[in-house]
Amino acid sequence: MTYVPHSQAERQAMLAAIGVDRVEDLFADVPEALRFPEISLPEPLSEPEILRELQGMSESNADLDHYACFLGAGAYNHYVPSVVDHVLSRSEFYTAYTPYQPEVSQGTLQTIFEYQSMICALTGMDVANASHYDGATSMAEAVLMAVAVSRDKRRKVILSPTIHPEYRETVRTYTQGMGLTVVGDELSAWGQGIDFDPQALKALLDSDTACLIVQNPDFFGQMKSPAALQALADAVHAAGALFVISADPISLGLFTPPGDYGADIVIGEGQPLGNAISFGGPYLGYFACKDRFKHKMAGRLVGETVDTQGRRGFVLTLTAREQHIRREKATSNICSNQALCALAAGVYLATLGKRGLRTVAELCYHKAHYAASQIAALNGYQLVSKEPFFKEFVVRFPKPVAEVNRYLLDEWGIIGGYDLGQVYPHLAGHALLCVTEMNSRADIDDLVQALKEAAA
Amino acid sequence: MKIDKDCRYVETHEWIRVEGREAVTGITDYAQEQLSDVVYVELPEVGESFAKGEAYATVESVKTASEVYLPVSGKITEINNELDTKPQLVNEDPFGAGWFVRFTMADPSELDDLMDADAYEKFVAEEKAKGGH
Amino acid sequence: MSEPLIFEISSPGRCGASLPACDVPPTPLPAGMVRADLPLPEVSEVDIVRHYVRLSQLNYGVDKGFYPLGSCTMKYNPKVNEVAARLPGFVRTHPYQDPDSVQGNLALMFELQEYLKELSGFAAVSLQPAAGAHGELTGVLIIRAYHQSQGDGKRTKMLIPDSAHGTNPASTTMCGYTTVEIKSDGRGNVDLDDLRAHCDDTVAGLMLTNPNTLGLFDEHVLEIAELVHNCGGLLYGDGANFNALMGIVKPAHLGFDVMHFNLHKTFSTPHGGGGPGSGPVGVSQRLAQFLPGPIVVLEVTEDSCVCDAEEGEEHAQECYVLRLARPEHSIGRMKSFYGNFGVLIKAYTYIRMLGAAGLRQASEDAVLNANYLMHRLKKVYPLPYDRTCMHEFVLGGPPPQAKDIHTMDVAKRLMDYGFHPPTVYFPLIVHEAIMIEPTETESKATLDAFAEAMITIAEEAVADPDLLHSAPHVTPVTRLDEVKAAREPRLRWTPPQ
Repeated sequence: MTYVPHSQAERQAMLAAIGVDRVEDLFADVPEALRFPEISLPEPLSEPEILRELQGMSESNADLDHYACFLGAGAYNHYVPSVVDHVLSRSEFYTAYTPYQPEVSQGTLQTIFEYQSMICALTGMDVANASHYDGATSMAEAVLMAVAVSRDKRRKVILSPTIHPEYRETVRTYTQGMGLTVVGDELSAWGQGIDFDPQALKALLDSDTACLIVQNPDFFGQMKSPAALQALADAVHAAGALFVISADPISLGLFTPPGDYGADIVIGEGQPLGNAISFGGPYLGYFACKDRFKHKMAGRLVGETVDTQGRRGFVLTLTAREQHIRREKATSNICSNQALCALAAGVYLATLGKRGLRTVAELCYHKAHYAASQIAALNGYQLVSKEPFFKEFVVRFPKPVAEVNRYLLDEWGIIGGYDLGQVYPHLAGHALLCVTEMNSRADIDDLVQALKEAAA
Repeated sequence: MKIDKDCRYVETHEWIRVEGREAVTGITDYAQEQLSDVVYVELPEVGESFAKGEAYATVESVKTASEVYLPVSGKITEINNELDTKPQLVNEDPFGAGWFVRFTMADPSELDDLMDADAYEKFVAEEKAKGGH
Repeated sequence: MSEPLIFEISSPGRCGASLPACDVPPTPLPAGMVRADLPLPEVSEVDIVRHYVRLSQLNYGVDKGFYPLGSCTMKYNPKVNEVAARLPGFVRTHPYQDPDSVQGNLALMFELQEYLKELSGFAAVSLQPAAGAHGELTGVLIIRAYHQSQGDGKRTKMLIPDSAHGTNPASTTMCGYTTVEIKSDGRGNVDLDDLRAHCDDTVAGLMLTNPNTLGLFDEHVLEIAELVHNCGGLLYGDGANFNALMGIVKPAHLGFDVMHFNLHKTFSTPHGGGGPGSGPVGVSQRLAQFLPGPIVVLEVTEDSCVCDAEEGEEHAQECYVLRLARPEHSIGRMKSFYGNFGVLIKAYTYIRMLGAAGLRQASEDAVLNANYLMHRLKKVYPLPYDRTCMHEFVLGGPPPQAKDIHTMDVAKRLMDYGFHPPTVYFPLIVHEAIMIEPTETESKATLDAFAEAMITIAEEAVADPDLLHSAPHVTPVTRLDEVKAAREPRLRWTPPQ
């Protein structure tokens, strides 16, 4: 199956119109010795054959419909209402390109405008863009923007050590050619336990600092109080730098929005908002900021305007920020967004709404605390997380985490927590467990029983 | 095309009006015409210093972003905050309400290299003849 | 035809979601941390479905009609891809699961890496980059890492032809390089003299799109590669136009050292209204160690081996497991996790459905369609580079006799004929550019209908220019005030005062 409609006769007619004999003649500019190389690929399959093959591959995985999952660490098992995929399946949405021609793209444009509005509502910020690739690249873009806001004069970036390790790595990858100094996550205080010391981060602030980034709830699920974060924000602002918060958007259904405690930029992983967990992608990075920084923000931005008859309509706007106009002077090279993922997030937020999102957040909170208290009561297991935490917590296991997880998977059909020793040597033997509204009490009780047996 | 006889000009289409040690600058009528509708002007901060010919601001239309250069070296003393909400002033009154910044000149002798109104008018006519902008 | 905003159909107390009751004893919420208000809309499920269905109907997509957006490869998106990418065994897997429990995912990724290597001739591929521009940034970072590994710190310049996408110079700046623009010659190729004049030991590389954004295969690509390599630089390939080359030529054979693929263009995965895409990067052997990771590798499992291979003999396939591994001197990860897996499934499905011959057929027909349309339209519209094109071509704006008519007017009028306009005003080196990429999935009948519409519009442009100036006439909205949008930015909904 090649999805090409031409018959041989039609091809001949077209070649004749062009004035060549054979289609090969159209490739005369390609160096002859290299033209039409041998390509070795598997024989083509029919639709039933490929689906059978893929079905087999997919079913060889242990999936979250058949295994109870207590793994989070940046990718989350939340319920996706049926209506979300129904909307995503509208091919008017998924077979369109970036809405360059607004007259035939009002659907995409309005959904992005609504998404931007809902992200502003959630974060307490003034402006949100149409999304970045994921939470990690959103953080890297926040760094680029903070440097640009300082007109490239400030060259230091402070990262809290409790930011997702892959996000911190992505920031370093993105900025390796820019000559920035990235500090904070190698604090001497770091290395004991799972908390960061705001005083130690404050001590790093100076007139060269472009931004300071904190994740809240952090990678370990713990939260700082709005008062503590406001105090940190004040110190950051006193140094003339920007305060950036990375937040799980589900947590914002319940807890104080970062706009209320001094954040200048709020970013995060948007996957929990109606996007399938899908082995790590495609996801979306949400990105919001204060109004005065909007001209330094990267990414697509949709604005409201009117047409020649005065009717409301939407367009891509403030485009002079972007690479196709600024070229080498642009803040970022991004030229797309995760539109369909942002559509999913928009549909999700609209479906859950004011009450539903809070309910999801509360379910996560209560279930995680129930699970944590049950596990803490087991012999040999120690709850390391301190209150307040949201939906994830850290437990020290009596045996290597990999060994316990293998037992959970093989004997109980449970996908266990994230082995923190993989990234943090001082946390060997510690697991990061995640509980969401998808985990029933029975699932949690099974996990507790399984952990008990695993320790025996 | 309007030209202010009291200003001096540079080839990148900025004007400068001298007031003692201070000067005011903006972009010319010809420049705003080329840009079409100005939608945003990014200005520097008061206190920043720029060398002669250095980019100190960016002016954006819907489809372009252009750098704006300081005609002579100096230190910014005032910026036109009104452009923040009314960027159209650059189109409507480029030599007046559409001014960009006021600054203290570091070396007024640099003015000697600049074009007067007549020279600039001739320069623009040549540019137009070439069809370039 | 306008649809209210979701906030405007909100009604207090409604909720579109059905959630389980709390089945555990509640824990008190932490004091001083709960938000006062959450100003999200309140709507029922039926409100939501109707709202989004109506919005979808304001859109134009490939499934609605011809979408010849140059440089974007708006080919048909096969429906089996959508079915494949929704298989629960794929969709419902967590990226941090034990690799042994997701061997199906890793097998798909491994095979896709192999297919892309085979099609391009590169030695190694990373599937991590999320989009073309992301792959481009990856590629330039790899070039930088290579020069650093050679202890070569004086290379500060990236050469970029003037016909390139804006992402090329933007990616270059992000990597700390200075962009040097290289002119095009009269036939739309890189100007060899200009290139030669800039090739010295400060050059990190050249970013070449081939076929370029004019839709032309550079006639001197081998000399270009030689010039760049001789001065110690590397050749970057922007794979945006790979749809012209499958089975036609392998970029690695042409001298490219690194290239990104656009799975959402060449390999039929839908564009989604602007994303998600996927931008894997292929590299030559000497650059493999710098790829972003992890990538998927095969590993022999001696301990659990079930075949009867003696020591030193080849093991059977079952004796291998797939692992995620980080290349030795990786530039680091470009994003969290491993890439846009859901998009990878679609590209894998497409390649398996077409096979080698089908992919070559796709490229051949893409080039055939572009040349056919170009020959029909060049009789009426100016064609600045009159050469055999590859998968797309660029017209030089409306016919000269149509005074006062701009490319934008032609584009808007095409909407009245039921077509999506081509890419306009790009590449920048062609005044009033109209960039047309028909793709291989369009029939001769569709191409003829589009050509007829373009020819009719050329006539209208002379006979009744106002018809074009006021176009489009049949769309949900007419032309929008972009100046107002930018001068008075309204970027989110706010409640009426």
